Amino acid sequence: MSATETQPDRPASLVEAMGTRTEDEQGTSLWAGAAKRLIKNPAAIAGAAIIVLFILVAVFADLLAPYDPAKSQWISEVSTSRVPGPSPGHPLGLDPFGSDLLTQLIFGARQSLLIGVVSTLLGLLGGALLGGLAGAFGGWVDLLVMRVVDILLSIPSLLLAVSVAAVVGRTPTALMVAIAAAQVPIFARLLRGSMLAQRGQDYVLASFSLGLRRRTIVMSHVLPNSLGPVLVQATLTLATAIIEVAALSYLGLGAPDPTVAEWGRMLVKAQERLAQAPQLTLLPGACIAVTALGFTLLGEALREALDPKSRR
Amino acid sequence: MSSPVERPEAAATLADQGTEGGNLLTVRGLKVHYPIRKGLVFDRTVGHVQAVDGVDLDVPRGQTYGLVGESGCGKSTLGRALLQLEDATAGSVDFDGTELTKLSGERLRVLRRRMQMVFQDPMASLDPRQSVQSLLIEPLRVHGLAPADVEEFGPDSPSSHLAKAAAMLEVVGLPRASLAKYPHEFSGGQRQRIGIARAMILNPDLVIADEPVSALDVSVQAQVINLLEHLQDLFGLTYVVIAHDLAVVRHISDRIGVMYLGHIVEEADADTLYAEPMHPYTLALMSAIPVPDPVLEDSRERVLLAGDLPSPANPPAGCRFHTRCPFVQDDCRTVVPELRVLGPRKVACHHAEEIHQQAAVTVIDGTD
Repeated sequence: MSATETQPDRPASLVEAMGTRTEDEQGTSLWAGAAKRLIKNPAAIAGAAIIVLFILVAVFADLLAPYDPAKSQWISEVSTSRVPGPSPGHPLGLDPFGSDLLTQLIFGARQSLLIGVVSTLLGLLGGALLGGLAGAFGGWVDLLVMRVVDILLSIPSLLLAVSVAAVVGRTPTALMVAIAAAQVPIFARLLRGSMLAQRGQDYVLASFSLGLRRRTIVMSHVLPNSLGPVLVQATLTLATAIIEVAALSYLGLGAPDPTVAEWGRMLVKAQERLAQAPQLTLLPGACIAVTALGFTLLGEALREALDPKSRR
Repeated sequence: MSSPVERPEAAATLADQGTEGGNLLTVRGLKVHYPIRKGLVFDRTVGHVQAVDGVDLDVPRGQTYGLVGESGCGKSTLGRALLQLEDATAGSVDFDGTELTKLSGERLRVLRRRMQMVFQDPMASLDPRQSVQSLLIEPLRVHGLAPADVEEFGPDSPSSHLAKAAAMLEVVGLPRASLAKYPHEFSGGQRQRIGIARAMILNPDLVIADEPVSALDVSVQAQVINLLEHLQDLFGLTYVVIAHDLAVVRHISDRIGVMYLGHIVEEADADTLYAEPMHPYTLALMSAIPVPDPVLEDSRERVLLAGDLPSPANPPAGCRFHTRCPFVQDDCRTVVPELRVLGPRKVACHHAEEIHQQAAVTVIDGTD
C-alpha cells in the first residue's frame, strides 16, 4: 500500500469539499477522547495527584520513614496519662506504644493501599466474571447467576466481610477476600446491566448480519463497550475498600500482626486517648479520608470523561 | 489505484442470468409473531403481536423491491426476518435456492456473506469503539477472502484486507484518511456511507436497506440514494429497500409493496403504483404527498385517514384496514381480502375497482 499512502494532489472528494477535518489524519478513539477530557479536568488531576502521592509513600515507605516501624523504641516516654506530641526528633510525636507516629502513618499507607487495591481487583474480577457470564449468555445462566448475586447483595457488605473474616480467619488474605466478596455483587450487577443494554444496540444486530460469531461479538464488541461504568465503579469502590479495611481492623478483624502498621488499627488503639492526644485519631483518620477522596475525585472525573453525552 | 472492488465476475453472473434470471429472493407466507407473556413466576402466553402476518414476496435478481408503510406496520420486522435476524413463526424464505428458515448455526453464518443489511441509524449500527479500518476489515476477516480476491491481492494477508477496505471507501466517496478515524468523527451522511461500505465489502448478492436515509438530513438523502443506485449498477446487487418516505422508494424501486399491519395490501411497478393507486390505503398515502402546485394542492381531493394504526396484537377482523377505510362496506368487516392480480398490480381489497373509478371521478371533480 506504499504507493497510495500519500497523495497530496488527490482530487478533493465530495467529503472534503463538505469540510471534513482532514488535517488530523489520525482519528481519536473513544478511550483516547476520554483520556483527553480526563487530563483537562482539574478534579481528575487533584485525585490522581493524591493517589500517586500515597502510592509513592507506600512504595518508598522504607526510605521515607525516619524510624523502624516494628520497634517500640521510646516505650519509656509513653505512659497511661501522657503521649508525647511533636518534638524535634518526632515531627508528629509518638504513638501509644512508643513508636514514631509519622513512621506508623507512612507504613500504614502501604498496608491500607495494598489491601484496598488487591481486594477491589479481586472483587472486580469476580464480579466481572459473574456479570459477564450472565450478560453474555442470558436466559437460565443469567437467572441463576443473578439470584446468587441478589443473595450476596441482600447481606450488608460489612456483615458479609465480617462473616468471611470470621470463617477464613484473621490473615491479610482473608481480609482482602472478605472485602472483595462484598464488592462482587456490585460489579456483577453493573456489568450485566451494561452488557444487556449493549446487546440491544443496533451494532450487535449489524454484527450478526455481517456473519460474526457470537463469541466474537460478545468479547470484542459488547464487553469493551460495557466496561466504562464498571471501571468508574472500581475507582469509587477503591475508596470504600480503603475505608472498609480500616473498619474491619477497627472491629478487630484486621491483620493479626500488631507490628504491621495499619490506619484502621491505629484509630482503634488511639480512641481511648482521644481527649489526651487527639492527633493520634485525627491523623490516621485524615489519611483514610484523603486517600478515599483521591479515588472518589478520579472516579467521578472518569465517569464524566466516559459519559457519551459529554463528548464534544 | 485500480479499483479492486469492481469485480468483473459479478457483472458476468448478472449478464449470464439476466435480470429475468428468476428471483433471488422468494418469500411465501412469512409470519413473525411475538408472544405476549404475562405472569411473574410462570410465564403465560396471553397473545401474539402479529408483526408480519403472511407475506409473499418475489424479488427478481438485480432489481429493487421497495417496501412502504407507516411506522409499526411491520416492514422493519419483515426486513430482519428475511435475513433471519428475527425468527420466522411460519412461512418460507428462499434465497437463491436455499431455504433460509431451516438453516441455522454455521451454515447460516457463512451464507450471511451474500446477504447484507444497511441500517437506519448509522451511529447506532457501528461499534463506537472501532476505527473505520477495523469496521471494514472485520467482516473480511470473519469470512476470509474470495478466491478471486486472493488472485488479485495475493494470499489472505492483512494488507490485502486493507487494500480492499481503502478501495471500498473510495467507492462510497470517503477519503482514505477516514480509515484511521472513528464513527463519532463523521457526519450522519458520511457515517451512512461507512455503513454502506461495510455491507458492500463482502460483495453480497442481496442488500436489505432498512430506512437507509430517514435518519439523514434531507440534503444528504439524495446523495446516499444515488450512491446506493450507483453501487447496484457496479456490483449487480439486488435490493430490498424499506422506507416510509414515498419519494425515496419511488426513486429507487422497480417494484413496490405497500404494507399495512403485517400484510402487503398492494404491490405494483413503481410507476403504476404512483400513477394509479388502487388500494384505499395506497390512495391515502399518495394523497399525503404534497403537490408542488399550490392551485392543484388546494383543490385536490385528499383521502384522509382517521385514527391510528390498530394494535397488531389484536388486529381487526376481515380487512385489517376497514377501521380506517373511507370506503368501508359490510363485507370488509368480515371477509379477509386476498391479494389478487388486477392488471399490472396485486391488490388486497374487495372493492378496488369501484374505489378506483370513484377516486378517478373525484380527481376530475377536484381539478375543474
